[in-house]
Amino acid sequence: MDILEMTATQLGAAVKSGEVTVKQALDAYFEKIDKYDKTYHCYNTLCRDEAYKRAEEVQKGIDSKTLTSPLAGVPIGIKDNICTKDIKTTCSSKILENFVPPYNATVVERLEKAGMIVIGKLNMDEFAMGSTTETSATGATHNPWDIQKVPGGSSGGSAAAVSAGLAVAALGSDTGGSIRQPCSFCGVTGLKPTYGSVSRYGLVAYASSLDQIGPIGNTVEDCANLFEIISGKDEKDGTSMEFPHFSAEKALAGNVKGVKIGIPRDYIGEGIAEDVKKAVLDAAETFKSLGAEVELFDMPIVKYAIPAYYIIACAEACSNLSRYDGIKYGYKSANARNLRETYIKSRSEGFGMEVKRRIMLGNFVLSSGYYDAYYQKALKAKKLIQQSFFEAFEKYDMVLGPVAPTTALKMGESLSDPLKMYLGDIYTVMVNIAGVPSVSAPCGFDREGMPVGMQLIGKPFGETEILNAAKAFEDATDYHTKKPVLK
Amino acid sequence: MTIDKTLVRYLESLARIELTDEQREETEKDLQDILTYIDTLNELPTDGVQPLSHSFPVTNVMRQDEVKMHNTRDDILKNAPEEKDGCFVVPKTVE
Repeated sequence: MDILEMTATQLGAAVKSGEVTVKQALDAYFEKIDKYDKTYHCYNTLCRDEAYKRAEEVQKGIDSKTLTSPLAGVPIGIKDNICTKDIKTTCSSKILENFVPPYNATVVERLEKAGMIVIGKLNMDEFAMGSTTETSATGATHNPWDIQKVPGGSSGGSAAAVSAGLAVAALGSDTGGSIRQPCSFCGVTGLKPTYGSVSRYGLVAYASSLDQIGPIGNTVEDCANLFEIISGKDEKDGTSMEFPHFSAEKALAGNVKGVKIGIPRDYIGEGIAEDVKKAVLDAAETFKSLGAEVELFDMPIVKYAIPAYYIIACAEACSNLSRYDGIKYGYKSANARNLRETYIKSRSEGFGMEVKRRIMLGNFVLSSGYYDAYYQKALKAKKLIQQSFFEAFEKYDMVLGPVAPTTALKMGESLSDPLKMYLGDIYTVMVNIAGVPSVSAPCGFDREGMPVGMQLIGKPFGETEILNAAKAFEDATDYHTKKPVLK
Repeated sequence: MTIDKTLVRYLESLARIELTDEQREETEKDLQDILTYIDTLNELPTDGVQPLSHSFPVTNVMRQDEVKMHNTRDDILKNAPEEKDGCFVVPKTVE
């Protein structure tokens, strides 16, 4: 089997059996990246030298059987907001264009301990603020299924790289849909884990109460194996939680007999594209044919999710991004004459427009006189949104819905209209607000041949259940095997 | 909620960001659109609801008070735009 045809788990097994060497795996991926990434721009930075150096150590570990993870020897791409020691981490922002972290994020430490090899840093919307990867200061990533279309975002580089086969697996981050929506637009699988299940140490903060790192891959199995590696409590992240060890093996039974699945009517009502709705309802039929019970239920709070999300996310963003001051690290304006100008000019020249907009919106909702009407109100809505999910979970084991109201949009369409871009997050943001996990998986194509994704939303720490259901669907369908033809 | 230039300028000052005239014009319109939409949240009854900041209950997170060496000063200063004698350089702030 060709290296580039293998899933991450298959490649790991081939390396372990000696059929493929770690170096051969790297050669195959770097060769493909060199050929195609000029067109798609998935990567901000490639770390070829570091990767080949690590490959030697990893190969020794595998040969001596000290590295036993199913993904040992497998290359991986990392979203450019996750810190990698001595490798640039830019958040696709001018303000961090030369930032070289002196430490690794906990997830990177864990990947390396398992014998995985970081091959590069993947493009994203600036500071993860956007749903198209067009707000990147390094230029937009293109959707491998149609280069005129966006890959989604903010983890657009990660999802596009896996879809195009320029990475066999990747890490992304999801604050309001940033893993699931690009996976849906690019036809790959991704997991937004329960808040607190994966350490955020070393993830450049956007909205700390919502941010969560998760895996992106070609199959549910790849995502489950990655999640097993990166999840678990970390003393360096006070919000990471103790929970029973996640076992990928147990999450891959692929059996949904007797599983109760609820679909919120408000997820398939007004505003959803016909083809997306059809694909999701067809998926529901597939689940029924596999023995699951599926029914519709009402979740009227859906319409308040976007207002609540943008208030909370922007409030936290304006606070988190106040650290960029032109002094400690990052871009410093050459035109400043005093301290105040150093702050103002460095930030004005360093941040892109979407970031400025969200910082200012955050400043507004937190400002004196508006705090109660906006920020406090949103935190109350957060409580009610979480309650709605918990009530649903009293009746259902999981919730099924579309990831986004449409398939990938044409490039440029949402840049001119930020509100329109925000409205595309309607089905994803609620999951972050509630803190629960959700897996996004391919479930069809629209009339133009663009991928459609569904999400299965689970109870807190219910990754095993939703991955199981996604695996059952994957076993019964072949959407995940379809790949775009690259140009 | 109505957004005007004065409010946009006030937010710029809070955010330590300075927009160009053109950006200010655009921002006024965009923030207006966004806030008009956000204001639909007012329709949601929330009387008596406890605001939720953490998704799941987190109590004080304790650990042993042990000395561990992580980042060294020199590593951190490597990312500083300007440094001198092991310190960050800032413009003179007191006359």
